[in-house]
Amino acid sequence: MNYEAVIGLEVHVELSTKSKIYCTCENRFGAEVNTLCCPCCAGLPGALPSLNLTAAEYAVKMGLACRCSISDTIKLDRKSYFYPDLPKGYQISQFDMPLCSDGTVEFYSDGKLSKVRICRIHIEDDAGKLLHDDVSGKTLVDLNRSGVPLIEIVTQPDLKSSGEAKDFLEMVKLMLRYLDISDAKMQEGSIRCDVNVSLKEQGSKILGTRCEMKNVNSFSAVTRAIDYEIERQKKILLSGKKVIQQTLRWDDAAGESFVLRSKENAADYRYFPDSNIPLITGMHAVREKMRPFIMELPVEKIKRYIGMGLTHYEAATLTNSPDKAEYFDACIKTKKVSAKPVANWVLGEISKLCNVKECTADMLGIAPVVLTELAALAESGTLSSTGAKNVLELLFKEEGTPLDIAKRHNLVQNSDEDAIASLARRVLEENPKSVEDYKAGKTNAVGYLVGQAMKASKGRANPQILQKIVRELLEK
Amino acid sequence: MNLINYSAAALASGIKKGSFSAEEAVKAFLAHIEKTEKDIESFITITAEKALKSARDIDQRRRRGESLPPLSGVPIAVKDNICTKDLLTTCGSKMLEDYVPPYNAAVADIIDKEGMILVGKLNMDEFAIGSFTESSAYKITKNPRNLSHTPGGSSGGPAAAVAAGQVPLSLGTDTGGSVRVPASFCGIYGLKPTYGAVSRYGLVPLASSFDQIGPMAANAADLRLLFEAVNQYDKRDMTSLKPKEFGKKSGGAKVIGVCIKELEECSEDVRRSAADAIKIFEDMGHKIKIIDIPLNRYALSIYHIIASAEISSSLACFDGVRYGRRASQYDGLYDMYMKSREEGFGANVKSRIIFGTYLLSSRHYETYYKKALAARECLKNEYQKIFENTDILLTPATPVTAPPIGKETAAEKGYEIDRFTVPANILGLPALSMPWGQDKDGLPAGIQLIGQRRSDYQLLDIAEDFERHTAGSNTAVASL
Repeated sequence: MNYEAVIGLEVHVELSTKSKIYCTCENRFGAEVNTLCCPCCAGLPGALPSLNLTAAEYAVKMGLACRCSISDTIKLDRKSYFYPDLPKGYQISQFDMPLCSDGTVEFYSDGKLSKVRICRIHIEDDAGKLLHDDVSGKTLVDLNRSGVPLIEIVTQPDLKSSGEAKDFLEMVKLMLRYLDISDAKMQEGSIRCDVNVSLKEQGSKILGTRCEMKNVNSFSAVTRAIDYEIERQKKILLSGKKVIQQTLRWDDAAGESFVLRSKENAADYRYFPDSNIPLITGMHAVREKMRPFIMELPVEKIKRYIGMGLTHYEAATLTNSPDKAEYFDACIKTKKVSAKPVANWVLGEISKLCNVKECTADMLGIAPVVLTELAALAESGTLSSTGAKNVLELLFKEEGTPLDIAKRHNLVQNSDEDAIASLARRVLEENPKSVEDYKAGKTNAVGYLVGQAMKASKGRANPQILQKIVRELLEK
Repeated sequence: MNLINYSAAALASGIKKGSFSAEEAVKAFLAHIEKTEKDIESFITITAEKALKSARDIDQRRRRGESLPPLSGVPIAVKDNICTKDLLTTCGSKMLEDYVPPYNAAVADIIDKEGMILVGKLNMDEFAIGSFTESSAYKITKNPRNLSHTPGGSSGGPAAAVAAGQVPLSLGTDTGGSVRVPASFCGIYGLKPTYGAVSRYGLVPLASSFDQIGPMAANAADLRLLFEAVNQYDKRDMTSLKPKEFGKKSGGAKVIGVCIKELEECSEDVRRSAADAIKIFEDMGHKIKIIDIPLNRYALSIYHIIASAEISSSLACFDGVRYGRRASQYDGLYDMYMKSREEGFGANVKSRIIFGTYLLSSRHYETYYKKALAARECLKNEYQKIFENTDILLTPATPVTAPPIGKETAAEKGYEIDRFTVPANILGLPALSMPWGQDKDGLPAGIQLIGQRRSDYQLLDIAEDFERHTAGSNTAVASL
């Protein structure tokens, strides 16, 4: 019996608004404990929530990017449970009227285009953090994170492997960064994921019992947890038993999962409308306001770059850095050079310089027109590749266009075939022994002769042309 | 004349003119509180020092020629579920016996800004659940009109304090009748404002859909002054309304709707007082219209379902983690939760939480809570139809006068004390309780006037007119 994995994800993303979702406290990671709270997010009796509409706008942006329907009304519901990091004893979330629903996300997995349906995206508040003090054995509560705005993105169970799940998450992360609504750093907890896994018989439409896994704290842990769970369920089914519906806690260090609760003890969140926040309408107007800000999606960008002749790797790497993709697009707009060489420059020398100088491509100080000119000079053979790299370095120190600088430093390459041919003939005449060696079978002699000719040209001969001519002369 | 017999308006004007100082006024009330507290027991906390200091500040500013807000120097006390910064706020519960809020409620800020002098925090039913103030964890407040009778609840402290002349003004809270019931039982005036008229920021919530802070006073003019002061927009409260939407124009004959069937369910004394009041309104030139409100028979059920559900949620934050009572001995998190809430909450509160949790459980949500929401819509439509050709509704505030203190007696009577008050909470309508008439034992009866949303000032006007019209003949407002 062959089984197929059926995987769905619930992704929680912290939005990068200035303030928290229901109060005016600062939304910032890494502050000293309990310094970013107020009566509202600390759950003090009598405090009232007030919705930060920017959080809703960010959610609508993501909804648009995921091609969701946007609800005109915001309805908020209380989701009740007791836990020390939840000050009010309930979250203010959305139950039956999520802000966004029924969308799709395209992404690349294994070089192929894949698709996942988005069931819903809704807004809610994050809980605080529990810190376990090993020395005292006490658990301490930090409420800085309580009230941070979250969007919860719930997919349909369309993912089929751990690899797909990881690639989908990477695409979500990229979308969030392009939309500038979250920094999506899993190590800071600004993107978290619960995983739902079930198995079905290959070819069958009947879904199996699913288990939910929580505490999956990195993208690579997602793949490990999914693979583990698939194996666990497979073993159960192959031994003739049934999978029990459970919520599990993934322990990445141990490499296994532990049961949190089973269906009988499933949490009943007792959802009901929050009466402190009346229904808010007008989100369709917000949707139209946000629409112009939804620029080309990352997946569209990758498709476009591949269409220009870039490999999938090149397209994906460029897209992964929004600043470099923007820089690349600006270069291409000048229409002076084709996509491939520009991509090489951006992914190569420009990226290197950005790393060294610790800045984004737009802050480097090399305008796209300038890079394009440099690339054009290299493409046409006016500059050798080494020569072009030199010019790039010199652009930071000197005035002038790349061509000016090249001329100033005698870097302009000689691509005149006749001149190179006469130079090459002279070198061959001056090195008869090498010519004999070559004709005797020592093909390495070419290298020596090319080197001598290059020296004679003071390094300005176009190496490809020189090589070609020397070989032709030797064949005669 | 002793300053404690002055109305708030008279105190304000006297202090402004310099006839007496704010300090003198506060001293007089504090002395009276000291004299009467052992009998009335309306206060949980008395802030004498702070009050005197605030009074002296007012006097100093007045002497300097500063222009002061209209109610400057007038003493006031508030129910103990209104958060006062750095001042104990217990909600009448052991759960909060040491709780000192780090922030002021919106109305507490208003009291400061308007120059009123806070003299203390008043007793209440635990977490505002109750109609007799007998479930307070601290003390049982007595009805100043007859000390062996209940002052009503849950704002028993605020009502008794005003009725006993301990303060000229107080703020109570009303979720199902908790301002109007004690106002009626104690023979004073109380208003439950339109939902949203007074900011709930800093009010420890009971049922967030229904809660309102309500002014209480010994006469209609004072009631209006206090309402005007607290009727302010607060952007921290998303249900807050803009005061300029409240029309202040009034006058003219009104059509007053009365449901005769409901009167028949009251005690004889209450029926007589209501009939009397109706006749007076007719004499004043208003038109009385007999109406029927069939869906009112479901009002108590609608109220209890929605309120209990919300209560179970409002009280979830009291878990012993951050503030409030934490059990001293416990074994693990779950045990800490269980013991802290077991020890901190009284029996009434616990049974409401259990009931509310049951109603919201996924198995029962559709059967009760969802239906109650739908029924509320039906009730809203019915009232809307009635208001198409009626201006104001008149009902007794309570079906009986104040019962004797003692749970058994009250429960035995089986009266649904809140039956006339809950519809206004369910629908967010303003409702005012004014004293009229009394029973054979001298305990006052109360008349309730209900208006459409934002007609608070019209209700206050008509109450003031009635008071003027009947000046000197109101047996309900005998002084202590």
